[in-house]
Amino acid sequence: MEGDLAYIGAGLAGMGTGIAALGVGNVAANFLAGALRNPSAAASQTATLFIGIAFAEALGIFSFLVALLLMFAV
Amino acid sequence: MASTTHDAGHGAADAAHGAVDAAAHGSSGMPQLDFSTYGNQIFWLLVTLVVIYLILSRVALPRIAAILNERHGTITNDLAAAEDLKAKAVEAENAYNKALADARAEAQRIAAETRAEIQVEVDEAIARADAEISAKAAESEKAIAEIRASSLDSVKEVATDTAAALVAALGGKDDVDTIAAAVADRTKG
Amino acid sequence: MGKLFFYVALALVLVSGVIFAPEHAGLAIHPMDQFTVKPLFGGDHIAWYTPTNVTLWMFLAVLAIFALLVIGSSSRSIVPSRGQSVAELAYGFIYKMVEDVAGKDAVKFFPYIITLFMFIVVSNFLGLIPMSFTTTSHFAVTGVLAVVVFVAITLTGFILHGGKFLGLFWVSSAPLALRPVLALIEVISYFVRPVSLCIRLAGNIMAGHAVLKVFAGFAGALGFASFLPIFAISAFYALEVLVAFIQAYVFTILTCVYLKDALHPSH
Repeated sequence: MEGDLAYIGAGLAGMGTGIAALGVGNVAANFLAGALRNPSAAASQTATLFIGIAFAEALGIFSFLVALLLMFAV
Repeated sequence: MASTTHDAGHGAADAAHGAVDAAAHGSSGMPQLDFSTYGNQIFWLLVTLVVIYLILSRVALPRIAAILNERHGTITNDLAAAEDLKAKAVEAENAYNKALADARAEAQRIAAETRAEIQVEVDEAIARADAEISAKAAESEKAIAEIRASSLDSVKEVATDTAAALVAALGGKDDVDTIAAAVADRTKG
Repeated sequence: MGKLFFYVALALVLVSGVIFAPEHAGLAIHPMDQFTVKPLFGGDHIAWYTPTNVTLWMFLAVLAIFALLVIGSSSRSIVPSRGQSVAELAYGFIYKMVEDVAGKDAVKFFPYIITLFMFIVVSNFLGLIPMSFTTTSHFAVTGVLAVVVFVAITLTGFILHGGKFLGLFWVSSAPLALRPVLALIEVISYFVRPVSLCIRLAGNIMAGHAVLKVFAGFAGALGFASFLPIFAISAFYALEVLVAFIQAYVFTILTCVYLKDALHPSH
C-alpha cells in the first residue's frame, strides 16, 4: 500500500517536469520574439539563452529526480 | 554481473505490481544512490581529471596555441606583404601619371615654341609684303600723278590753243596771257 | 540514393523486428540498470581501487581526448586537416567563452575549464554509444565536478579579495532594510550552485538515457510492431546528442559565470 502511494507521488512529481517544459518554452519563445525584433543583437545573446534554459530546466530535472527517488529509493 | 540487490530490483520491476518488494530494499533501484560505489567513482574520476589536465596543459594546449599563433603570424605577414605590394603598385601608378603629365607638358611647350617661330616668320613675311605693296603703290601713285600732270599740261595747251583759235576766229584780238589765265582758272580744281 | 538508403534501413528494422522478436512479449523495462557500476574482472565487492566500468569508460574518455587534441594537432599544419580543425575549434570555443564571460584576467584558469569541458562533453558523447556506460550520469561524478568548481571558485574569491569577497552577498544598491534578507537569499543561492550544477548534468543525462531504455522496453513488448518505438528512439537519440553537448556547454559557461563573480565580486 505504501509503495502504491509512492507511485502516485512519483506521478505527481513527474508533472513538475512538464511544467518546467512550459518555463523552457517561455524562455525560448521570448528569446525568439526579441531576436526577430532585433536580429543583429540575437547572436550575442545565445549564451544568455542557454543559461536561462538551463536554469529553467534544472528545476524540471529536480522534480524528475524526486519522481525517480519515489519510484526506486523510497 | 549484477549484484543480488539488482536482481531483486529486476524482480520487482518484472512483477509490475510487486513494487512494494523493491521499496523494502531501500536504494536498490537507483545505482546513482548506491553509496558503496562512490569511493570508487570519485577515485577514478580524480585520476581521470588529473590525467586529462596533464595531457592538456603539457602537450595539447601549448601546441594548439602555437599553431594558432603561427597561423596568425603567417596571416599578418601575408597581409603586410600584400599591403607592401599595394603601396608599390600605387607608387608605380603615380610615377606613370607623372611621366605622362611631363610628356604632355613638354609636347605643349614644343608646340607653343613652334607656333611662336612660325608666327615670327609669318609676321616678317607680312611686313615684307606690306612694304613691297606700299612701295608699289607709291610708285603707281607717282606714275599716276605724272600722267595726270602731263595730261593736264596737254589739256592746258590744247585748251589755250583752242581758245586762241576760237578768239581769233571770233575776230578778237588774241591776248595770250588772258587766255592762259582763263584756261588755268578753268582747269584748276 | 538517400531514399534508397532509407528504404533499406526501414526493411532492416522490420526484418530484425520479426527475427529478434522475443518468444514471449513482455513489458520488461529496466531503465536504471544501464547505470549499474560493475567490476570489470568479476567479483562482487567494489573497493575504491577496483577497476570498474567507470574506470573503463573514463579511460576511453582520456583516450578520445588524447586522440582529438594531441594526435589531431600533431601535424601542426598552417592549413589544418579535419582533425586539427576540430581540436582548434574546441580550443577556440572554450577560450572565447572564458574570455567573453569571465573576463580577460580569467584566461589563466583556461586549462582547468577546458579540462572540465572536454571531460564532460566526451563522456556524454561516449555514453551515447549503445551498451556503453555513462560516467556523467552519476551523482558521484558530477557532484565531485561541481564541488571542485565550487571550492576552487570560493577559494579564488577569498584569496584575491579577502573579506571583500563577502560583498558579493551584501547588495549595496538595495535599501538598507532589505539587505539582510537579500544577503540570506544570496547566501542560499550561492550554496545551491554546486547542487544545481551536479543535479542538472547528471539528471539530464540520466533522464535521456532512461527514456531511451523505456522506449527500448516498449520495442521488446510490441514484437512485430517494434519498429514504431525504434523510430521514437531515433528521434530521442538526436535530441540526446544535442543535450549531451548543451549540458557540457551549460556546465562550462556557468563555471565561467561563477568565476566572474569570484574575480569581480562588486555587486
